[in-house]
Amino acid sequence: MNPQFIMDGLIAGAIIGLGAVGVTLTYSILRFSNFAHGELLSWGAYLALAVAGALGFLSAGLTKPIAPFSFGWALPISAVIAIGLTGLLALAVDALLFSSFRRRGSAIIIMVMASFGASLALRSLLEFLFTSKPAYFTKALQIAMKLGGGLRATPDQLLMLGVALVAVVTVHLLMTRTDIGRAMRAVSENPALASIAGIDVRRVIRTVWFLGAALACVAGIMSGLLIQIRPYLGHDLLLPLFAAAILGGIGSVPGAMLAGLIIGLCEALAVQAVGAEWRAAVSFVILIAVLLVRPRGLFGKAS
Amino acid sequence: MTLDILAYAAFFLSMALTYAIICLGLNVQWGMTGLFNVGIAAFVAVGAYTSALLTTPPSPDRFGGFELPIFVGWLGAAVTSGLLSWAVGALTIRLRSDYLAIATFGIAVTVQLCMLNLQPLTGGPFGIGFIPRPFAELQDNALAFSLANFAVMAIVVIALYLALEHLAKSPWGRVLRAIREDEMAAQALGKRPIRFRLQAFTLGGAIMGLAGAAQAHFIGFIAPDNYMPILTFQVWAMLIVGGSGNNRGAIAGAILVWGLWALSAAAVSTFVPAEQQARAASLQIVAIGVGLCLMLLWRPRGLFGEVSPLTRLKSLRSAPSKAPSKE
Repeated sequence: MNPQFIMDGLIAGAIIGLGAVGVTLTYSILRFSNFAHGELLSWGAYLALAVAGALGFLSAGLTKPIAPFSFGWALPISAVIAIGLTGLLALAVDALLFSSFRRRGSAIIIMVMASFGASLALRSLLEFLFTSKPAYFTKALQIAMKLGGGLRATPDQLLMLGVALVAVVTVHLLMTRTDIGRAMRAVSENPALASIAGIDVRRVIRTVWFLGAALACVAGIMSGLLIQIRPYLGHDLLLPLFAAAILGGIGSVPGAMLAGLIIGLCEALAVQAVGAEWRAAVSFVILIAVLLVRPRGLFGKAS
Repeated sequence: MTLDILAYAAFFLSMALTYAIICLGLNVQWGMTGLFNVGIAAFVAVGAYTSALLTTPPSPDRFGGFELPIFVGWLGAAVTSGLLSWAVGALTIRLRSDYLAIATFGIAVTVQLCMLNLQPLTGGPFGIGFIPRPFAELQDNALAFSLANFAVMAIVVIALYLALEHLAKSPWGRVLRAIREDEMAAQALGKRPIRFRLQAFTLGGAIMGLAGAAQAHFIGFIAPDNYMPILTFQVWAMLIVGGSGNNRGAIAGAILVWGLWALSAAAVSTFVPAEQQARAASLQIVAIGVGLCLMLLWRPRGLFGEVSPLTRLKSLRSAPSKAPSKE
């Protein structure tokens, strides 16, 4: 068997892991599974694409590739702007939709359903704005470097793995070492008690949305840079995201990232062993196995 | 000309009624029991493919083609989809409420993959053709053919409606409502919520399978493209617009939303230039998504929604109690 599947799996897993951290955070603090989370990945990628296009229009020098990578300075700059814009988008959806359900104390399942409707609207809006034709950040081709042990990777891929690692470590430190992180964990334990203790629950909710959307945007840009950008990019990743969040244990940031990598590796393995056409079924099999054997996941607390 | 319009109306209504059957199935799961199913397309597809395999003439390039009567195909469809829903439900209903939603979403993705890739069973991307249509001997006379098919659909919908209404009033239906309104109280009375939920989920799935079979035989051809996630969205829009918990609402919602969908699709194809049609069609879907959210925000009980028995009881109690308190 070709060991290259390890590299492919790590890259796919990093994308899934970043998305799953967002899913697990919104799930543990807002208490519903957000079916619109995948759309944040797609919107992040398209927003970055649009900003990068505008920057390239302003100054052609920005699109000139930086040494070993396939993209110019336009992409990192637009990524930062897109992260902010995706965060604002998530806050806007919350203000328009989910906040009124929270105010009314609606059943969880109503919020799930609303997120389902929102995902449909957001995805089709992308299809309307950008058409369903795949788009790319860069047209440049990259030669994969030999890493030893039969592994190959392009500089872009290695950079993205590094970015994913930095992002997850940052979020983990944020959750465990800062005041807002402690407040987030308190709200996820018990919102009523947390607000009595003087925690601003609404601020925590805004932070969760922004953080989840920012990570989704990074994952979307990664997927867009390494594969391609499509309106269905996020929708096709939604099942792996849920599977990773549940496998890692709802609420656990390192768990979600680890589970994302496991799912990515299993997918890559399945592509080699069974065939690429069954790739999407892997996360379903893992999901069913987790629900059967250990519904609280690897690092989850028993309910 | 008028005959053509009549034939088209019958065709349109028959199609709407197949959606009404799916909607009735979803109403058992969501309206009566509060179970959220995001994989409607999968259960409909399984029904359609089962019935197609059972009733088509034998074919050398794929499994099956048993040439059984259409009635057997419909029955088989309901049984297979029911079994699938039972399996999904048994696995997830005892867990958190949204795990069922995630699992049904997974089922939809997986069934889609199976339809495309299990070529020897499903015919792959090209699907299955030559599915026997009821009253095929009338096919030369478009009007008689459409009317006969419409009559079959109408009879199925009416029979299902009566059966479900009866079921809702039966002790079983009362337990379901009790569980939906107050699980603890129902449990205290010795009812096991998980068992009743699972039964309702299975029944709903079986009805969806039946709908899939009815639709497959009405069109005469099935392919994976018919069972995209958009089908799930459409059916949800129908039930939410019509009013969950109400069988008449489910049927009315199906006809109304299908009518709006067909009308807007016709408008897109006449007024929008060919190269922009895919974009315009995606706006149509945006409208369904936004509409779903707005209904949930403004009128969660739909146009003909059921009044919750607890609310009804409260208003009954508060009405007479207010009068004496004034004295």
